[in-house]
Amino acid sequence: MASSRTAVAVKPPSPGKHPALRALGITLRAPEAGVAIVSVILAIAFGVMRPAFLSNANLETVSQFVAPWAILACGEIMLLICGEVDLSVGQVFAMAPFVMNFAYMAGLPFLLALVVALGVCAFLGFCIGMISVVLRVPSFITTLGALLLFNGLTLTLSGAFPVNTPNTPFAPLFGGWQYSEIAWAVLIALLMHGLLRHTSWGLHTVAVGGNATGAAEAGIHVRRVKIGNFILCSTLGGFAGIINAFHVTSIDPNAGGSNVMFLAIASSVIGGTSLLGGSGTVLGGLAGAAVLGILQDGFTLLGVNAFAFDIITGAAILLTMIANVQFADLRRKRRI
Amino acid sequence: METNTLTLEAKNLTKSFGQTQVLKGISLNVARGEMLGILGDNGAGKSTLMKILSGFQQQTSGDLLVDGKPTRLLSVDHARSFGIECVYQDLALVNSLSVYHNMFLNREIKRGWPISLLDHRAMRERAAAALDEIGVSVPSMDVEVGTLSGGQKQAIAIARAVASNARILLLDEPLAAMGAREASLIIALIERLKARGDISMIMIAHNYVQTLDVADRIMMVQRGICTFAGHSANTSVTELLDIVRREYREDAA
Repeated sequence: MASSRTAVAVKPPSPGKHPALRALGITLRAPEAGVAIVSVILAIAFGVMRPAFLSNANLETVSQFVAPWAILACGEIMLLICGEVDLSVGQVFAMAPFVMNFAYMAGLPFLLALVVALGVCAFLGFCIGMISVVLRVPSFITTLGALLLFNGLTLTLSGAFPVNTPNTPFAPLFGGWQYSEIAWAVLIALLMHGLLRHTSWGLHTVAVGGNATGAAEAGIHVRRVKIGNFILCSTLGGFAGIINAFHVTSIDPNAGGSNVMFLAIASSVIGGTSLLGGSGTVLGGLAGAAVLGILQDGFTLLGVNAFAFDIITGAAILLTMIANVQFADLRRKRRI
Repeated sequence: METNTLTLEAKNLTKSFGQTQVLKGISLNVARGEMLGILGDNGAGKSTLMKILSGFQQQTSGDLLVDGKPTRLLSVDHARSFGIECVYQDLALVNSLSVYHNMFLNREIKRGWPISLLDHRAMRERAAAALDEIGVSVPSMDVEVGTLSGGQKQAIAIARAVASNARILLLDEPLAAMGAREASLIIALIERLKARGDISMIMIAHNYVQTLDVADRIMMVQRGICTFAGHSANTSVTELLDIVRREYREDAA
């Protein structure tokens, strides 16, 4: 049969190979594992050069960098997989705690105020989604506009002044405790990984990004999937903003912004999510965020300045993208 | 026999997109276990016809009868509920998903409550069994579909439709862009499906020889109307070519 030709190419893992080579093979096949290994190697390297890197206080600092990027990356990854992007999520990050605070000040119980804030974020995501999907403005443009719009709204609503976070017994749970941010990030990443790999929603998200026409012909509601992921991304962005506000005990209109959004997208891409849609990994995004956080903190400890950090981050993104594209070709041809 | 076992019947279908009338009154029918081949040029309206029969688009006027009952197919899902499955030319496969995920796309097997998760193992096993049943061989259920050949992809797309209990199978140019070897595999697969006797098939094609070979009846669609209909046993390729030539002459005149 014609299949025999392709069948030959699919080799079982050859037991004769050196274990190290086999480990390398697995690493190259599962991009998220590779990125996770890189983050561990980087952590060890910085730990050797500066023992303070592995101190409790410093790990807490790293986790503060990593957590918001990782949470935002979870949403961006779903969007990137279905062929969209949200540039405005950093502004939703800044707006959400203000909305929560207004609701709380208006007399709502804290948890209800939190739900209201997340509801507003979901609504913003819905609007962006409708504009991108129904009115067919490319999401890059829609969310670029939304970025400025949301930023202006937050500055207007807040009068451009920071305020204190609500005084609630829930504060430690939602970011107040030193490790609660990273705990949320890991929890959310695991849930989103489950959503992507083990639910119909995740499968349909990949299908929509991989072949939108085909997905529609299979009866998948392409618009619903895309809009749903816009809602998911904005809501996660808002939640990250809220726990970040509790962490620093202050709600700052200039928190988050484009910087955190770009780092979230960078985390996604470094983690192995394709910018072209159709494939991606949430756990890879978490590992990608860890790599960026460790680099940033490690270089700070080494005394490398912020400009150099940007150079390194930029180069890291380019190199991983080149590697991703090249390895993806090899994987397709079953060379590794 | 044909009159009492008709599974799908179309009467006087028309379809307009704005000012353009793509279908100008097409009637067809297909009986259980029968294969109807639809021939015609690009832009003759074959694909639009297929999209109406599969519920992807709705006709502007005309009637559809499924098992003799007048029905308006409102969506792909609605058509599916009648056992109508379409294998599109672009196959509706997702290259970055595995064979078994593609086999169960939008029909996933799930388990658990209150949160139902994908049952990967059940899907893998059922996909393997379904492919095996109709004699399709692929290297593994886990390979990405993008790594397979055109013939294998076509076979998976057909197997997917059959596995979902299709009674009426619509095939949109299943032999297009395929080498002779791959095409013969698909033809063999279609013959096996015909031999089962429980599936009605409508196939759109370009190749007269292959279509006469595999279809029980033939119909020719040109510029939105049916210009020929007959049993393939009594039809020759020259006859069909004459009809096309006549049409072109009218065009030129």
